[in-house]
Amino acid sequence: MTKKQKRNLRAIIIAGVLFIGLAIFEFYCKHNEISLNRFVMLAVFLVPYLIVGYPVLRKALNGIKNKAVLDESFLMTIATIGAFYTGENLEACAVMLFYQIGEFFQSYAVGKSRKSIKELMDIAPDTAFIESDGEEPEEVFPDEINIGDIVVVKPGEKVPVDGEIISGSGMINTSNLTGESVPRRVNPGDKIISGCINGDSLIRYKAEKIYEDSTVAKILELVENASEKKSKTENFITRFARVYTPIVVILAVLLAVIPSIIFRNPSLWVYRACTFLVISCPCALVISVPLSFFGGIGAASKKGVLVKGSNYLELLAQIDTLVCDKTGTITEGNFKVTDVRVEEDFTREECIALSYEVEKMSTHPIAMSIKQEAERLKALDNDHNKNKIFTKYEDNYIIENISGKGVIGTSENRIIYVGNIKLMEENGIKITELYEDKKSAICFVGVKENNSSSARLAGIIYISDIIKEDAKSSISDIRACGVKNIIILTGDTKSVGEQVAFETGVDRVHSELLPQDKVLEVEKILEERGDKNGCVAFIGDGINDAPVLSRADVGIAMGSMGSDAAIEAADVVILDDRLSHIPEVIKIARKTVNISKQNIVFAIAVKVITLILGALGIANIWAAVFADVGVAVICILNSMRMLRIKKNI
Amino acid sequence: MKKRFDLEDLDCANCAAKMEAAINKLEGVNKATVSFINQKFTIDAEDDRFDEIIDLCQKEMNKVEPDCRILR
Repeated sequence: MTKKQKRNLRAIIIAGVLFIGLAIFEFYCKHNEISLNRFVMLAVFLVPYLIVGYPVLRKALNGIKNKAVLDESFLMTIATIGAFYTGENLEACAVMLFYQIGEFFQSYAVGKSRKSIKELMDIAPDTAFIESDGEEPEEVFPDEINIGDIVVVKPGEKVPVDGEIISGSGMINTSNLTGESVPRRVNPGDKIISGCINGDSLIRYKAEKIYEDSTVAKILELVENASEKKSKTENFITRFARVYTPIVVILAVLLAVIPSIIFRNPSLWVYRACTFLVISCPCALVISVPLSFFGGIGAASKKGVLVKGSNYLELLAQIDTLVCDKTGTITEGNFKVTDVRVEEDFTREECIALSYEVEKMSTHPIAMSIKQEAERLKALDNDHNKNKIFTKYEDNYIIENISGKGVIGTSENRIIYVGNIKLMEENGIKITELYEDKKSAICFVGVKENNSSSARLAGIIYISDIIKEDAKSSISDIRACGVKNIIILTGDTKSVGEQVAFETGVDRVHSELLPQDKVLEVEKILEERGDKNGCVAFIGDGINDAPVLSRADVGIAMGSMGSDAAIEAADVVILDDRLSHIPEVIKIARKTVNISKQNIVFAIAVKVITLILGALGIANIWAAVFADVGVAVICILNSMRMLRIKKNI
Repeated sequence: MKKRFDLEDLDCANCAAKMEAAINKLEGVNKATVSFINQKFTIDAEDDRFDEIIDLCQKEMNKVEPDCRILR
């Protein structure tokens, strides 16, 4: 509680006790028909009224001074004075008391939710240790770390800035940032991202960014700024609030004046007008709607999804078409050997070893995947048998690249051919029935030993980009969220694209697209659907798809931990590369929008009904106080549900 | 120049909205937001009159809420 809250609470308690005492006293007098002087009673009731209402009266005076007569404190003051005028001392006092209790709850509840959101975003460390000339590491604030400083992170501590590990390896926990609970293994030479929690060993690393440019500061800034980009719902509420108060006040004035002239019992109508003034503040709406969006953004960031504005969260709830980039989004984006088929007198290892010899100096993605597979096979084997296989073909090869076909390596002992079917045909290598057209990149391996007369096929290596493990289940989850069309865009060949579409269960695939074609494709999709409700989201890995990210209604970048460009270009940023975050964030967005709609409907309905009943004399000031502060508190509590879903979505 | 300040004793959401509207009408202010939830005030205003503008913002705020203070 802040100082001001404590002061208000004290005033409420003192005034509350006095009020209850007075209420009992008045009731007792009425019961025993003891008549009391009206002015004495007024003076007595003014004591608790002034104790609890002082801040309101002060604010009302301030409002008059600044000619802001539609200020809620001013209206509240008028309402209570009106009630005193009509002789309803008890009610006048009660209105002020309950109004202040309500205000207190509001400020307490908002403070509480603000705090829990802060906790949600508690990812930055307070202090850090850097190596200095002395023996002990020096304790500094994270923003005092310079680029090149050696930072020491003890087990269990948070990483303060981004950098590269010099010594120490172990498991680090990225769940703070990505929601991923399985720790990640890091070794010297690896990049380390601020905000992660160090596991069990001491890590020394070189700072590569200052605090302000580090991931953790970027994330915090993003989330803090997010509430500045207002959703349509919030803008609607702001506009509504602007007209609501004046209308209710005008109605109150009319209600006090016109029937009083006609029916000649002014105190009844002034009392009814006072109920109007009590309900005239749109506070419930003005607080609760942004609060639920704020909570939604907080809940999403806990999952490792940064939503850059309330407006984007609102759009996420309306997605009906999801356009996905293939490489890096649906697939892992690195090529792997998925199958090796060999002729009878070769083993798989030998086939890989042969191709490894000619490909090991290359950086081509296919070559990289062969190298990776060779290294994997070498590491798998403990008795060095396979290493023997690998040494068997070691030689001084003269490598010749044949563009668009493959590579030929020539040594004293043999010639190795690695490439496509054209390369094999040109060199008289017969393709056997081993060959089957699979939907992946195909790499033939041929060899001609010096003692043989012709070159022959050794085996075929199939290489493809692997579909992410969670792709299929995520796609069906996304569909379950009500996204009707899921479309893949890819630069790859039609057969590869269709295979991926088939395996993941998406509706359509547009293949063989250049980066600029992707923008046109998204524009076409936007055009096709016309002005229908809902929106089109694009999801990509943020690498060279910035134009598409900004063209779609919502651009989602994934796998962007540490990539500034992606964080910059996208509207929604997924820090790690798990697709399963998409259905999660759609659910959070839907829930946020639902809660804010519930609040709007509930608050407006209660207020309008109370206004009507108040005008008819059915609802009294007590009901009006409930319609004002009670509704606000209920709406705030409803919004706070957003904060509790951090675990169970 | 764009800067963000913490606010103290900003008590009502509607007041924040009113402050925001009033401050955005001030001369030299490009864009200002008053966030009730964050208790933060973000302002983008002309560089050479920046401090003077902040003083004016403080005045506008106090017209709506006498206790509210910009922490600088």
